[in-house]
Amino acid sequence: MSEKLQDVEPMVYRSRISVPYHWWAGDTASAFFIALRDEQKIVGIRCSECKRVFLPPRKMCPDCYRENSEWVELPPTGTLRSFTVSRRKLAAQHKEPPVIYGLIQVDGADTALLHILDEVKPEEVRIGMKVEARFAEERQGTVWDIAYFRPAS
Amino acid sequence: MERAAIIGIGMTKIEANKVSDTFADMAWEAVNKALDDAGMTIKDIDNVVTTSNDFWDGRTISCMAVGDAGGVRGKNTSCVEGDGAFGAFYGLARALSGSYDTSLVLAHCKGSESVSSLITNAAFDPIYERKLGMDMITASAMQANLYMHETGVTSEQLAMVSVKNHGNARLNPNAQLPMEITVEDVLNSEMIADPLHKLDCSPVSDGCCAVIIANESKAEKFKKKPVWIKGVSFCADSYFLGDRNLTDARSLREAAQKAYAMAGITNPATEIDVAELYDAFTYQELMWIEALGLCAAGKVGTSLEKGVFNISGKMPVNPSGGLLSGHPVIAAGLIRIAEVVRQLRGEAGDYQVDNARRGIAQGINGVCGQSHCIWILDKEK
Repeated sequence: MSEKLQDVEPMVYRSRISVPYHWWAGDTASAFFIALRDEQKIVGIRCSECKRVFLPPRKMCPDCYRENSEWVELPPTGTLRSFTVSRRKLAAQHKEPPVIYGLIQVDGADTALLHILDEVKPEEVRIGMKVEARFAEERQGTVWDIAYFRPAS
Repeated sequence: MERAAIIGIGMTKIEANKVSDTFADMAWEAVNKALDDAGMTIKDIDNVVTTSNDFWDGRTISCMAVGDAGGVRGKNTSCVEGDGAFGAFYGLARALSGSYDTSLVLAHCKGSESVSSLITNAAFDPIYERKLGMDMITASAMQANLYMHETGVTSEQLAMVSVKNHGNARLNPNAQLPMEITVEDVLNSEMIADPLHKLDCSPVSDGCCAVIIANESKAEKFKKKPVWIKGVSFCADSYFLGDRNLTDARSLREAAQKAYAMAGITNPATEIDVAELYDAFTYQELMWIEALGLCAAGKVGTSLEKGVFNISGKMPVNPSGGLLSGHPVIAAGLIRIAEVVRQLRGEAGDYQVDNARRGIAQGINGVCGQSHCIWILDKEK
């Protein structure tokens, strides 16, 4: 169909969509962020049925379909379950590459948290290594209240 | 399952940047090709399912904007936000519902028009994760890293998937990236997110696919010999990456077991003749082959090295060149279905698999294969 129009100069309409949002974090995530911001504590939440501890905390257990009910205070230490080294500057990434992304299973949690690693060279990162959270000096109740995870001392 | 069949398929060429077509123009082309293929007119279609993603289209309710090109005027039309294989599931359910006979399923995407990394970043939870800046490639790289760590699959073996699929694409006129490359070329290509090199990743693409599904009352009333749908299943896993065992592909195994049971398949590796799988990344093709039971457990790497998954091999996988050779998101799973139809009809030209009687197609929705839709198609009723 484009054959008969092949001499048409392709026109491009350039634009961007910019819509402000504010997502209410909800009671469960709010409790997590408040503990992080005010007490530098990581808290998980336990399923009343399977007893697994979820981090990040959310209202329901996806397997048991029960409401998670019991808050559990967790230590700032954990195990690196997997990672990647992002070599390109990604469009939504605020840090300069390389950035090490990791799935960190905090001790006492049954699920892993997505975050970044620092104070370690990319070539020294290993699946299974022990890591610890470094809390941000200034905390505002966001995921960046954990500045990053680093190899456990 | 009551019988239903695929009676028409239409695909645009997959290209990096279709400057002459809007997404609706692509849909117009794919739908007309599918109607011609089936020997139908738009009047023979009694309902339409479009598949699209508003972020990629840069337009809300974009399913309504593609409707004109899908011939929806005066018809029941609905939209699936996700992969086209899931849209086809919905179209099948409608054809079997007793209310409709002929479903037109449409899936389109123009990856070229936006920034894929930003759009896939928006798939992450805005409260807990999105600010970290990850995208589909970095998340998949973590899955790849764990897969290699647990299975011993090597970077060289991942590279062989890229060599195979880009090589197959040379035989497919619709493919975006036909390439004659070597394992070294893949390993020497830019490292994007360890362990994934540029040539381990599928490209950004534009393309559209249309498929026509009919129930038994109408399946044999048109031009083409129907390709029969013998088993279909769709299973989802948990949303958060850290909840899942990323190398287990639980939802894929569950979907496959159900689809195999419907189709009466007990040994997929010998009973399936051709597979079109969702190889968004090289490692995924290997993970999915294992989870689908298309090779013996733990043998995927050595089977690959022996050429088992080549077009001439015992279990050809992605003879079309797969997503690595062209990845219009959303359309990709529907293209897998259409490619299997081509194989079973004996219409796959230079990438035809000999004696293809039964095939499997896979669609994925969600980051790192959160949900899978599996189709078992058969040449015979």
